[in-house]
Amino acid sequence: MAEVALNGVSRRYGPTVAVDDLNLTVGDGELVVLLGPTGAGKTTTLRLVAGLERPDAGTVSIGGHPMAGVPPAGRDVAFVFQQFSLYPHLSVFDNLAFPLRSPLHRQPEPAVRARVEEIAALLRIGHKLGNRATRLSGGEMQRVAIGRALVRRPAVYLMDEPLSALDAKLRAGLRLELKRIKDELGTTILYVTHDQIEAMTLATRIGVLDRGRLLQIGTPREVYERPCSVHVAARLGTPAINLFPAGLLPAPGAPPGTRTIGARTEHLRLGPPDGSLGPAARPALVRRVEHLGDQSYLHLETGGHALVVLADPHAPLRAGDTIAVELVAPLCFDAAGDRIEAAPPVGEPATVIPLRRAQS
Amino acid sequence: MSGATPITSKAQAWGRRIAGAAVIAYALVTLVPILWIVQTGFKTPSDAIAYPPKIVAEPSLEGYVNLFTTRSRQAPEYIAALPPADGWVDRLVRSRNMVVAGPSKFGERFVNSLVIGFGSTFLAVFLGTLAAYGFSRFKVPLKDDLLFFILSTRMMPPIAVAIPIFLMYRALGLTDTHLGMILLYTAVNVSLAVWLLKGFIDEIPREYEEAALIDGYSRLAAFRKVVLPQAATGIAATAIFCLIFAWNEYAFAVLLTSGEAQTLPPFIPFIIGEGGQDWPAVAAGTTLFLVPIVVFTVILRKHLLRGITFGAVRR
Repeated sequence: MAEVALNGVSRRYGPTVAVDDLNLTVGDGELVVLLGPTGAGKTTTLRLVAGLERPDAGTVSIGGHPMAGVPPAGRDVAFVFQQFSLYPHLSVFDNLAFPLRSPLHRQPEPAVRARVEEIAALLRIGHKLGNRATRLSGGEMQRVAIGRALVRRPAVYLMDEPLSALDAKLRAGLRLELKRIKDELGTTILYVTHDQIEAMTLATRIGVLDRGRLLQIGTPREVYERPCSVHVAARLGTPAINLFPAGLLPAPGAPPGTRTIGARTEHLRLGPPDGSLGPAARPALVRRVEHLGDQSYLHLETGGHALVVLADPHAPLRAGDTIAVELVAPLCFDAAGDRIEAAPPVGEPATVIPLRRAQS
Repeated sequence: MSGATPITSKAQAWGRRIAGAAVIAYALVTLVPILWIVQTGFKTPSDAIAYPPKIVAEPSLEGYVNLFTTRSRQAPEYIAALPPADGWVDRLVRSRNMVVAGPSKFGERFVNSLVIGFGSTFLAVFLGTLAAYGFSRFKVPLKDDLLFFILSTRMMPPIAVAIPIFLMYRALGLTDTHLGMILLYTAVNVSLAVWLLKGFIDEIPREYEEAALIDGYSRLAAFRKVVLPQAATGIAATAIFCLIFAWNEYAFAVLLTSGEAQTLPPFIPFIIGEGGQDWPAVAAGTTLFLVPIVVFTVILRKHLLRGITFGAVRR
């Protein structure tokens, strides 16, 4: 158990800046998720903490000890790589035992066996220990890779998109398992992903990175509800947040200086185009309805701008229908893309109300 | 393919038959001379030069006996006066009016070839693996230039540097020594080894070693436990190429060796003997010359065929 602190850390590869003056503290027992697009510097951040890269500037410390010059082996961290990186020439058992047989962590063989079996049981791969690592399904391989990090009891776990290689069903299962393991072990974890569901469900705090800079860090709820900029707002939420110029729809309470409005599903009230919504409602054309089963994506067009919102799958809507939309306490951003606090919210909280067939 | 129409599957079947026939024809063309050599080794000298050539001949070990012994011709009366022949070798030699004078140099030369061939192969692959790993994983100043320089040593015909090497070896006292020949063949092979192995090691994802480094292994231990097993395929292939070169090399062996360290390629022509042309002995020597390479290749074949990293890393 330990705290990880990065102070003013920068790392560049030639002309590209991978990590730019990063300040980040992962508290003891915290699970911090770094979220960001490809090339945002998430993996580089993990590698800097692991000691696989050296920072060009700034310091990394683990458990209060500065890590400059400490080789990876001396940092007491475990790393789960994005690629499976199981040793193909070893069995599952030997893969799991590999860290325990290293010169630094060497243990008597019975202890190794006991620990490997314990972890294998935890990850439900006990029956696969004799297999070659290459004879496993993707989900099993990934569990072995996670298991190889778990057999040791390091101060910090670093996980680089450990679930990205899996299909949706396996990912959901392993996500729950990771959450359970995290709650049981209570260890410090720095976790990288570009999957926002993983970020929202696993994280104590989420840090949003873009082009090497930490844009915002906070609890999942904070980051989702009070994003500091257009960029952060666009990273979270499915479907992605609708961004359009202020003035497209009347936004009651928008502060002066608002240039861009961000509206998620919960910021848009839909209704029949008969004036039953408020005076700020405007007509919108239904372009397309995507049925996902438990919900539908509604592709709307208003004032020449496309909007995507979630809707009740049973709403009797078809392409070509006209409905009314009204903004409810949307997110407001200034010219620089930073969010500006709106005036106290007006009206009741937004809900998606089922629509009767719109008359046109 | 279950969806294939009868026409395409028929065409495929014919394509396969033609390919099979081509492979068999090629195998025949390449194997017949070798079979002929092996067979000649088991013929008597008169059968070996019979015209028309004998496809089937009485097998004889005379070629092998002549290969391993030196003999002297004696008068029949002298042979008749000798004590009874001691074993089948003596009887065979005496039937040709000769007696065994002692062992030939073939055994020694064979050992020379083994020592020099395997010694230089081991050294070239050992140095090549370490160098290739360095070039593959670390920032080496002037990396590309160094790699090109290493390759450039193969660009001229080796014989172009024969005289400088001869003079240098004479000055250093390396002429006709095992060490001299091992160093020479290593120097030629190491460039091939570095380039081949760098390709193989580049293919091994760094994550493997990085995982080991984080798990508490030193760089050397990670190399030994993680990189080497996965590079085994490449190391085996490289070793075969190096051994074949060192085993077959003729020009430098003629130039730099005459006795002590002479290898088989320059020695085999001398088996032909003075006076008579002992083709069965030459063929026997050539057959034995082929054996180590065949055995070595067969032993390492498993490694050549096994794609051990298959499927473990998502690309």
